[in-house]
Amino acid sequence: MMTELTKLTIAAARDALRKGDVTSAELTQACLTAIDGADALNAFVHKTPEVAMAQAKSADDRGYADAPGLQGIPLGIKDLFCTKGVASQAASRILDGFRPEYESTVTSQLFDRGAVMLGKLNMDEFAMGSSNETSVYGDAVNPWRVDENLTPGGSSGGSAAAVAADLCLGATGTDTGGSIRQPAAFTGITGVKPTYGRVSRWGIVAFASSLDQAGPMTKDVRDAAIMLEAMCGHDPKDSTSADLAVPDFEAMLTGDIKGKTIGIPAEYRMDGMPDAIEKLWSEGAEMLRDAGAKIVDISLPHTKYALPAYYVIAPAEASSNLARYDGVRFGHRAKLEQGDGITEMYEKTRAEGFGPEVQRRVMVGTYVLSAGFYDAYYNRARKVRALIKQDFDTVFEDGVDAILTPATPSAAFPLGSMADTDPIQMYLNDVFTVTVNLAGLPGVAVPTGQDARGLPLGLQLIGRPWEEGDLLNVAYSLERAAGFVGKPAKWW
Amino acid sequence: MLDLTYDAPAPKVISGAREDWELVIGLEVHAQVATKAKLFSGASTLFGAEPNSNVAFVDAGMPGMLPVINEGCIAQAVRTGLGLKAAINLRSAFDRKNYFYPDLPQGYQISQLYHPIVGEGEVLVELGDGTARVVRIERIHLEQDAGKSIHDMDPTMSFVDLNRTGVALMEIVSRPDIRGPEEAAAYVVKLRQIMRYLGTCDGNMQNGNLRADVNVSICRPGDYEKYQETQDFGYLGTRCEIKNMNSMRFIQAAIEVEARRQIAIVEDGGTVVQETRLYDPDKNETRSMRSKEEAHDYRYFPDPDLLPLEIEQAWVDDIASSLPELPDDKKARFIADFGLSDYDASVLTADVTNAAYFEEVAEGRDGKLAANWVINELFGRLKKDERTIADSPISAARLGQIVGLIKSGDISGKIAKDVLARPTPQRSTNWLRQSWVCDGLNCVKRKLIHALRV
Repeated sequence: MMTELTKLTIAAARDALRKGDVTSAELTQACLTAIDGADALNAFVHKTPEVAMAQAKSADDRGYADAPGLQGIPLGIKDLFCTKGVASQAASRILDGFRPEYESTVTSQLFDRGAVMLGKLNMDEFAMGSSNETSVYGDAVNPWRVDENLTPGGSSGGSAAAVAADLCLGATGTDTGGSIRQPAAFTGITGVKPTYGRVSRWGIVAFASSLDQAGPMTKDVRDAAIMLEAMCGHDPKDSTSADLAVPDFEAMLTGDIKGKTIGIPAEYRMDGMPDAIEKLWSEGAEMLRDAGAKIVDISLPHTKYALPAYYVIAPAEASSNLARYDGVRFGHRAKLEQGDGITEMYEKTRAEGFGPEVQRRVMVGTYVLSAGFYDAYYNRARKVRALIKQDFDTVFEDGVDAILTPATPSAAFPLGSMADTDPIQMYLNDVFTVTVNLAGLPGVAVPTGQDARGLPLGLQLIGRPWEEGDLLNVAYSLERAAGFVGKPAKWW
Repeated sequence: MLDLTYDAPAPKVISGAREDWELVIGLEVHAQVATKAKLFSGASTLFGAEPNSNVAFVDAGMPGMLPVINEGCIAQAVRTGLGLKAAINLRSAFDRKNYFYPDLPQGYQISQLYHPIVGEGEVLVELGDGTARVVRIERIHLEQDAGKSIHDMDPTMSFVDLNRTGVALMEIVSRPDIRGPEEAAAYVVKLRQIMRYLGTCDGNMQNGNLRADVNVSICRPGDYEKYQETQDFGYLGTRCEIKNMNSMRFIQAAIEVEARRQIAIVEDGGTVVQETRLYDPDKNETRSMRSKEEAHDYRYFPDPDLLPLEIEQAWVDDIASSLPELPDDKKARFIADFGLSDYDASVLTADVTNAAYFEEVAEGRDGKLAANWVINELFGRLKKDERTIADSPISAARLGQIVGLIKSGDISGKIAKDVLARPTPQRSTNWLRQSWVCDGLNCVKRKLIHALRV
């Protein structure tokens, strides 16, 4: 019974709580037990059982008549979110021991709706990475396994692993270039990157402010709709937050997509794309056609410039955003030698506190913003970004409702397999996802199949700005048609 | 209403060992915006609070914290721009200026490099000798102040006070239109006067609420005019920037000594190196702070946490319609309506509170007589007691009545002077002011006599 409970979707758990078939305390305890048994996955890096049980009992005490959908639902929270009084260190040594005195807007909204926090989830350091291998806590491990340990993807690798392994009912993620959608695809779960400005960034440790957006990672599309609604909303504390009403996303999941136009972008057909991905993509298009959608070929001509533009803009913003980690006020401070001054303190603290990938990006970002290079790199990248957005605007104006692409260029790869390769090889993981962040659009990764070795594969749907409801409905239709129900065999 | 028209002053000429030199000066004035809260946080701007007590999470650069523009600061910048007859940019944007320092918790200062809120304007700077310089304003932008590093409390450690971190500053950038040390000081005085009229900056230089960076270069007589014709800076010498001065006296002394330093270099066949310098008032010299090569690369880029700032013309018009009468207009009116001399009008309008006091005294009376009594008797008295008009021993209404009585011959000037010359009572007793709280001419006479008898 205990393990069965953790397998519930949010929607099923909500119904069971309302009917009184289960209590949040039971659900939460089942998750905590599962988490304690899953240390091999290294998904939960700060467990908060006391917080969880207190929140669960409080939810149960309030009762479930007219309760919000998330009341009593146990969730995992990515370590990038500041949670009051609970370690929040963005998987970085430089935030060692940091316990914020404030609660991020997203987690506040989740807790206000009665959600339960099981703990903080592993991730790439400062969300920089695509394999969860840059974390100070060590690698998170994909519950899907063939012969050896695989990456759960990144940066929200802990979130993906925890949801896929049924350690929690859902998790928060953040997505700057694909950090929700790629891990979701690698672990066979659903992940949503909302329109930029839908979800408040207040209290989320910043990576690249113009690209960062938080979203849900869940077992299915319905759960994503439920959780997304709780995370969205205007926040006056975030100047980039949109003052728009939040619709009832779950109510929009009719599965009816008759008459919708789905675009298939030619530029996403990459050289050397694995057959399994190619096949998955065309099958996905067929499923949507069978459901009544019109499938059209479209062109997004500037796609090939997206990855280079992203790897200029994101590091540039990161180099500035990470300047505050200087050892002066919080987090790690290096031990100093006699005679060391402020410069030595900065240099030693940041050399010890930041891992190699973060250091690489800070240096790249500093370089592209420096005098003499700004126009050649940063300004050019901004222009490319505008063109990429224009590509999307044009196809949406032409009547396309959503765009179907692969979510990743491959299935999950073995941990450590990229250690000796050029960092660009790792960056190529984001090739299908970064355009969405650059254009500020909503995107969702839906598991739709498995490769020959049985590893999950996902497709990505990209929607019109602010139309997450319609996008999720297309995703729901695809999910139903694909009928993906695979679960990793428990080995941990 | 009369417009004030003046001849331009002659530029300051400094004789070097070999030839004569002129000065070319531009100023960047940093004025703390008079608001209750900081530019991007709700923390208080109150001066003199316990260290690190007025600090919001965002001011301290805590992870995940975001800036939100304080509308009041925007309004004050617009108001200042309008007061300097400047163009208001309906669309402006904030940029990050990146550098490391412990009193800069975010690791960057939010400023406006590319799109400032205020564009070109101008200021009439009277020099008191019947001449005045029109100094063009290039721009005003909003930016965050830094905190305060304290290095002398401990032999091995430094301390940081973040109370000032994030307080809104207006950086008012002039064109290189200023031609001498006295003009530079007069320019700062005029800016302060205008901002105090507008209520946008209290101008307190001791508290650091008004500071100036001064750019100084030298040129041969005649070359400045060529620069003016062509806008080619090649006619001007290499400039040096003297940072962070907070007294009118230091501004003048620093310009003079810096110009002489440059002249000596050039006359010895050397070249002036563009650099940032600091003025040492104890030694009366400027010292190199950092050269152009050592200059920071600030890596400016648009702040992605803040959307471009768009304001509406109607809002600007609202602010424009609520502007008070400004010093130039007030001075012209005092000259026209009260028959005052240019000098008296300048003295009376130097401070907005003084001007209001005078106007109450002079209302419906002999303006010149009123000016005489306010300037010579009252201001003289206040200066002697080191008091301001707020602590005046006599209300404007009463002084007006006295002026009326003098004019009508009811009391002599001597009696009135005696009244004013009485020792100013302590505020706690303050009997004189209290005893005068009554209305009507008879009452005043009686009280005057009473006051003299005591």
